[in-house]
Amino acid sequence: MSALPTADSPAIELIDVSLRFISPTGASLTALRNFSMTVRRGEFVAIVGPTGCGKSTTLNLITGITKANSGQVKVMGKPVAGSDPRIGFVFQTDALFPWRSVLRNVAAGPLFRGVPKDAAYTKAREWIARVGLVGFENHYPHQLSGGMRKRVTLAQTFINNPEILLMDEPFSALDVQTRIVMQDELLDLWSASNASVVFVTHDLEEAIALADRVYVLTAGPATVKAAYDIPLPRPRVTSEIRYQPAFIDISRHIWEDLREEVQISYARTQLATA
Amino acid sequence: MTTDVSPISTNGAVYDAAERAAAAAPRRRRQLILTLRLAILIAIVGGWEIASRTHLIDPFFFAMPSTIVQQLWIWITEGTSQGPLWGEVLVTLEETVLGFLIGAVLGIAFGIVLGRDKLLADVFSIYIKVANSIPRIVLGSIFVIALGLGMQSKVALAVVMVFFVVFANAFQGVREADRSLIANARILGASPFQVTTAVIVPAAMSWILASLHVSFGFALVGAVVGEFLGSRHGLGLLISTEQGLFSPAGVFAAMIVLAVVALAADYLLTWAENRLLKWRPPSFADVGT
Repeated sequence: MSALPTADSPAIELIDVSLRFISPTGASLTALRNFSMTVRRGEFVAIVGPTGCGKSTTLNLITGITKANSGQVKVMGKPVAGSDPRIGFVFQTDALFPWRSVLRNVAAGPLFRGVPKDAAYTKAREWIARVGLVGFENHYPHQLSGGMRKRVTLAQTFINNPEILLMDEPFSALDVQTRIVMQDELLDLWSASNASVVFVTHDLEEAIALADRVYVLTAGPATVKAAYDIPLPRPRVTSEIRYQPAFIDISRHIWEDLREEVQISYARTQLATA
Repeated sequence: MTTDVSPISTNGAVYDAAERAAAAAPRRRRQLILTLRLAILIAIVGGWEIASRTHLIDPFFFAMPSTIVQQLWIWITEGTSQGPLWGEVLVTLEETVLGFLIGAVLGIAFGIVLGRDKLLADVFSIYIKVANSIPRIVLGSIFVIALGLGMQSKVALAVVMVFFVVFANAFQGVREADRSLIANARILGASPFQVTTAVIVPAAMSWILASLHVSFGFALVGAVVGEFLGSRHGLGLLISTEQGLFSPAGVFAAMIVLAVVALAADYLLTWAENRLLKWRPPSFADVGT
């Protein structure tokens, strides 16, 4: 549907991608089937779908960790090859280095990439200030709350100035209030950058509040069930946007689609455990 | 629709008293533990002394705390049959520390390399299992034959004793390193070497440090047994001499000296560990002590 070539190449293209996993016993599991998706430059795309349908797999295809069996994966118009320094990735689990202070965690990217120490730390301090953690530079991750750790993660990712930002249910472990605060924080940081974002979540309201476009996936093997443009104006305040009539309309509309898939997926888990 | 919500007032005086009581509890507990520890020490040492003096146990075979202390005092003031006590301690300590350092460095290096390389790990795992199942202390005889009565044979034995423990822990620590941390480091731009130094080694550090505690004791065993098997100096030789003289007080006295050395080393290692792992959240076990 959106596999048509465009004049200036989109940030990310997945064209008719299929992917099977072969388990050690020889059984094959189809994770993705004829999956196509386009992310335009600077666009914020969210992917929602039932649990375990292969949402995260799409992100691994874009980073090149997982290779597709058929179809094409392109980043900035070129096929994915090896690790790409333009990509930033925020994991679902807490992936901060527990033995590094906040300052050294945030500075990790520049230090790995060969930036001199002084410059890296100066830059890290700027980013710590931007995410509101001044005074916590020398704290270790275990001394921070879940929300603060997520702020460190965002600073750690954004300091590399990624052109493409992949997020795998980054806020799913946070409580509801903290999650909303972090969503606003993310939109703030993103609007100041020019990154194209793929945000995987199982929370439809989160997807709608954040994204320009929402892809709904089918229960595994995943393919695109539908893509929706979200015409809500920016800048958005996620804590307030969810009470607007337009938001509620869109939400109800997409939920019709998603519900079917969730029910299929749920029925399967019931069968599996029965 | 504003509702007046005010906090329920608390009785400050009652609260302060409760807080003071709570603060006093751990102090009382510490005093209780210390008292009980002392009581046990007195009971054992006193019981031993009394049992020996009343010939409930034979002091010829099992000595008495008083004769052990006497023996220690003689060694400290007049020196041992082999020379001054501190000289003997120094010899054993030197062998132990050298063996410990060499064994630990080799163990850490092999553990990290094999932990990072699946092929090497699969190839060597069988040999390491075999080598680990051999009672390695027996190698001491070979070392004495091959390397002579000097320091080398004891250092070699201590190295062998230490290596496998540290290796096994370093290997396991590398294997258990959090996958998402490694993935994160890669995405942030780390090279494979940087992943090793910035993620793998720190992640394995708590495993490695735990093994160093145990393996210092093993190094000491290696050095002392090496001295048993053939040497000119050291606490192991002192013990074997005292054994030859039918002097259990001498054996026990040497044992006490060894225990002091081991305890001092353990405190030093704990101190180093706390410095290196200060990023760790305090565990419940640590809070208790």
